[in-house]
Amino acid sequence: MRKRSDKTLGESLRDHGLSRRGFLKLCAATASLMALPPSMAPAIAAALEQARRPSVIWLSFQECTGCTESLTRAHAPTLEDLIFDFISLDYHHTLQAASGEAAEEARLQAMEENKGRYLVIVDGSIPGPDANPGFSTVAGHSNYSILMETVEHAAAVIAVGTCAAFGGLPQARPNPTGAMSVMDLVRDKPVINVPGCPPIPMVITGVVAHYLVFGRLPELDGYGRPLAFYGQSIHDRCYRRPFYDKGLFAESFDDEGAKLGWCLYRLGCKGPTTYNACATMKWNDGASWPVEAGHPCLGCSEPKFWDAGGFYEPVSVPLTLGPGTLLGAGVVGAVAGGGLATLARKQRKEEAGTRQPVTVDELEQKL
Amino acid sequence: MSGSMEFLLWTKGPLFDIALAIFAIGLMARLVEIFMLGRAHNYAEPRAHEWPAGLRTMLTRTIADPGTFKRAPFNVVVGWIWHIGFLTALLFFVPHVELIRSVLGFAWPALPNPLVDFATAITILALIATLVHRLTHPVKRHISTVEDYLVWAVVFMVVLTGYLAYHRLVEPYPLALGMHILSAEILLVILPFTKLTHIFTAFIARWYNGAAFGRKGVQS
Repeated sequence: MRKRSDKTLGESLRDHGLSRRGFLKLCAATASLMALPPSMAPAIAAALEQARRPSVIWLSFQECTGCTESLTRAHAPTLEDLIFDFISLDYHHTLQAASGEAAEEARLQAMEENKGRYLVIVDGSIPGPDANPGFSTVAGHSNYSILMETVEHAAAVIAVGTCAAFGGLPQARPNPTGAMSVMDLVRDKPVINVPGCPPIPMVITGVVAHYLVFGRLPELDGYGRPLAFYGQSIHDRCYRRPFYDKGLFAESFDDEGAKLGWCLYRLGCKGPTTYNACATMKWNDGASWPVEAGHPCLGCSEPKFWDAGGFYEPVSVPLTLGPGTLLGAGVVGAVAGGGLATLARKQRKEEAGTRQPVTVDELEQKL
Repeated sequence: MSGSMEFLLWTKGPLFDIALAIFAIGLMARLVEIFMLGRAHNYAEPRAHEWPAGLRTMLTRTIADPGTFKRAPFNVVVGWIWHIGFLTALLFFVPHVELIRSVLGFAWPALPNPLVDFATAITILALIATLVHRLTHPVKRHISTVEDYLVWAVVFMVVLTGYLAYHRLVEPYPLALGMHILSAEILLVILPFTKLTHIFTAFIARWYNGAAFGRKGVQS
């Protein structure tokens, strides 16, 4: 790959023909993207102008390339394309021109030249240290060994997609490959999770932009997700929320409620338990998003989303309870109650049979 | 790190099965035992039917008589408030209605959320008031047992965690929801073995009382 990391972002953007006006618009959009006040835009401009494009090594493990698709399918030229172009992407299986030894050489070279400064982006889960390393290898090396080798001198690791962030589909029961997430394995580096199946393109570029502007990583929630994008639930930002509050629900995918755009809770929407920016940033250049298209949220940006109940079951439905449990327990209880009552009756009868009457006089004599 | 989601799935899965099984076993055992033991045979000739009086008393005892109200207005008013608030949240909150539908196969319409939210907030305040009253009223304090405080704590936890989860005041959210479900499961487990059984036996006891009076031909 062409080496461009010696240029500042400002120089690089001008090389691409971006005007000052366009650049400031980019900064304003970045500010709003990161939920910062508009007054921060000049500071962002100054920081981005001077920022050196960080070297980025993108590792793909047990994944479907959907996350890469999500990032690259944005309509060109968009802001996210611009930012994406202004990191130095030194290694990426799918996108790089080099292959074989040359590709691996590029990764090692980038690590050596940018020791302690490069970013590692991971998509896909990793067969853990105890799993058979043969489940997923690149150039004859196990995913685990490549990850640990690459992150050793990284500034930070960004886990893109639910598989890298939480284990995702490969980790779903029974997890045949012993799949683990990045944060399960990388303990001594900052790990930022950008989950989603796939994540919204703007979210990953927003995280990188934040790193460039402030020189540090964004504020994260309990799951290591940037709060600017994962701070609110789908449910709380959903345009169908008023119908939920009023108790107006679609009961099937083609009933009157569905046509009127009522809430999809009863059709299995996981919006209440899902934190992501879909409801506000939307997909495909802001065209729409799943709930707007009439489909319940699957909860793809949450841990264990494959095992968290049926996609078409309401969120409050128990996972494993069958009618047999309740009926069986009821019968057992009834038998137990019947047994106790019978015992009590029997005891009462026996007591009545062996009762020895006592008169008042006898009692008084005892006293 | 994804522990709180595992906790939520555990409370929604195996733990819910166990809690409901203990609840069903305990409750059925208690009820069947009560019904089978019945009452001593009454050899006196009945003066009137027991059923109408029994059924009537099931309802009339719901309203406290003037004497009780005069003696303990706090108990009557606050007791009513929190019972109604609790039942509103339990039976008419959308996710609860869906849960009931999934377990029983049928359910009823839910109430709008702002109403349920209001009822829950009132319930929390009323429950705190009952505890303060129990601790400050000399007689109440004297007759209160460990069970009374245990039952109060479990009921209060169920309502409080539900409120916290709905308003997302605990982070991460799966932890908040898991805590609410766990509290409800503890309530289900202790229900058949504590005074909480009154949820089911109160009306049976009223029927027995009313029927006994009805049989004698006196007002209950």
